[in-house]
Amino acid sequence: MNEKNIIQLSCPMPGFDFDVINLGHGSGGVLTHKLLNSGVFDVLKNDLLNTKHDGAVFELNGKLAFSTDSYVVNPVFFPGGNIGELAVNGTVNDLAMCGAMAKYLSLAFILEEGLPIEEFWQILNSIKKSADKAGVQVVTGDTKVVEKGKGDKIFINTSGIGIMHEKAAIGFSSIEEDDLIIISGNIAAHGIAIMSKRQGLEFETDILSDTCNLNFTIKKLLDRFGTLIHFLRDATRGGVASVLNEVAKDGGFGVEIRQKEIPVTEQVNGACEMLGLDPLYVANEGVFICIVNASVADAVVEILHQDGNGINAAIIGNITTGHKGQVVLQSNIGGRRVVNMLPGEQLPRIC
Amino acid sequence: MKYLHEYRDAAVADKYLAELKHVVTRPWTIMEVCGGQTHSLVKNGILSLLPDKINMVHGPGCPVCVTPLHLIDKAVYLAEEKNVILCSYGDMVRVPGSKKSLLEAKAAGADVRILYSPLEAVKLAKENPDKEVVFFAVGFETTAPANALSVLHACREAVMNYSILTSHVLVPPAIEAIVNDKANVVQGFLAAGHVCTIMGMDEYYPIVEKYKLPIVVTGFEPVDLLQGILMVVKQLERGEYKLENQYSRVVRPEGNPEARQVIEDIFEIADREWRGIGNIPLSGYEVNNNYAAYDANRKFAIDLTKAGESKECIAGEILRGIKKPGQCPQFGKKCTPLNPLGAPMVSSEGACAAYYHFSKMEELV
Repeated sequence: MNEKNIIQLSCPMPGFDFDVINLGHGSGGVLTHKLLNSGVFDVLKNDLLNTKHDGAVFELNGKLAFSTDSYVVNPVFFPGGNIGELAVNGTVNDLAMCGAMAKYLSLAFILEEGLPIEEFWQILNSIKKSADKAGVQVVTGDTKVVEKGKGDKIFINTSGIGIMHEKAAIGFSSIEEDDLIIISGNIAAHGIAIMSKRQGLEFETDILSDTCNLNFTIKKLLDRFGTLIHFLRDATRGGVASVLNEVAKDGGFGVEIRQKEIPVTEQVNGACEMLGLDPLYVANEGVFICIVNASVADAVVEILHQDGNGINAAIIGNITTGHKGQVVLQSNIGGRRVVNMLPGEQLPRIC
Repeated sequence: MKYLHEYRDAAVADKYLAELKHVVTRPWTIMEVCGGQTHSLVKNGILSLLPDKINMVHGPGCPVCVTPLHLIDKAVYLAEEKNVILCSYGDMVRVPGSKKSLLEAKAAGADVRILYSPLEAVKLAKENPDKEVVFFAVGFETTAPANALSVLHACREAVMNYSILTSHVLVPPAIEAIVNDKANVVQGFLAAGHVCTIMGMDEYYPIVEKYKLPIVVTGFEPVDLLQGILMVVKQLERGEYKLENQYSRVVRPEGNPEARQVIEDIFEIADREWRGIGNIPLSGYEVNNNYAAYDANRKFAIDLTKAGESKECIAGEILRGIKKPGQCPQFGKKCTPLNPLGAPMVSSEGACAAYYHFSKMEELV
């Protein structure tokens, strides 16, 4: 899909004879058909979707991966993106972290009565744009509408099917002692971008969400390093700390990281300081952790540096057989402390 | 980030650590008063770097931890029963009341909002004229000016559906209560830098003189804390006691006169109950009579039965520096951040939470 097509697709909105979503749009009747035929199908069109059948029918060969995720972000529009991009990139990335290239997505909307049609249109176009960028097609879907107050503007679920990379052997059981831990980029931007727009917390910043599709980046790594890539996980909810704790607990190893190697921008760090948040726990949407055989770690970082999604990649630590089940961080001043799982949501502190 | 990197510099930290090791000849017990300092000590792994002879004990400076149970119950009651939009700083909402926390009340349908600034609450009151908006104004002297300012703003703009539920506490009376405690072990204090930013240093001179204890006003970054500890240890080793200011880049001797004026305009000093510690005379702020209309305690005069604290929680001893979190039999077992028996396990400034989040279980005691 070239740039020209993308631009054409994100405009203009068809002449809907309604301004906001109402319960009728989920009834299956005339309003549903209007919304789908002059909206959704037009934007997302492809051979499989165009059949307008109850489900998509297709053939796929080889080993497959299947993943699903629901998106409930508030606010739905945030600096650097919107819920539509998250819904595509999130599922594409989940598949990529399994070692699979996303091929087809399902797309289900739960819309809240009163959602301005213009916002829905923008989100829909973002979905199309992101899907094209990631090389994935939306082939089946669903739209439901709930009463005002029963939702939060729009919830989206996407499920995806992807074809496994033939050299992929990614999982906790592949992790070995002395493996090195690589992070693909600056952390905590997404969570801070969202928080900067939340009611009661608004602050001036130009921090943008890092949402992006990582499938082509992962493909490059698997093409070149194959089974020497032992583990991949995108550091979304719960941030880097949660992924590393999963590695320590489910992988049965100890994890060592060095604070001074963890890439985080001054601006994000400043916002975290102000809000009393630890960037290690803040959500990312375009950053992944990659655990690799030590012999290829430098080469992996070099490849990432050449990729648009890994310019700030860095080796942040290693896997050890000591302190099993725990993540230990060496602080900037040389002290050591445990990085635990987050209990509940991180909340801004008092002072 | 200017004034941050310099105070997180490993080489400078090493220099202070080396000097500390050189200077210290005897065991000393030092209390950092502020929960923010506790958090930084543990988070930066400083406790693991200090010479064994230096024993840091953690003070009562966690506003959320010392907010009395019955006030949390009152906040929950207002949110659930009185058509009130209850606004709070984030830390506060997870602290357990006798029946539930504000977060649990929110989950059950009460209108509880987490705000970063009390001025946002005044805005909410203007936007919701048919509702009462109450801000849960907890904190030490640090948050008092902002909370007072919200009352001034509301008054100036004639917003009558706004009030604050105060639980404001003061550092100097707390230091005196700790020193006067029969079980006291503290020989020197790191005073809370941010509190002194507002209040200045004057109120600490009499304490230093009366109890012959070193007090060093200290910041929050690793280098601040190491330098502050070094300054206290040097005094102790020499047998001196004086008030010093490590945090001079922020703290002026006179504090912030404008902020103090706002506090004086709105509040008056009153007796206060500290959760886990008990009543301390003249240790807090209440809204004064001139602004009684903005005092949620008077606006919603209800008398909830005072509930008892968990008998298993030793928060009182933790907050007075008599025990450390690892010495509590329930720590990490029955009491965790997800199922806290007491407030110090909840707040990001609580000593128990800091130990739980950042320490290895075997290194706790």
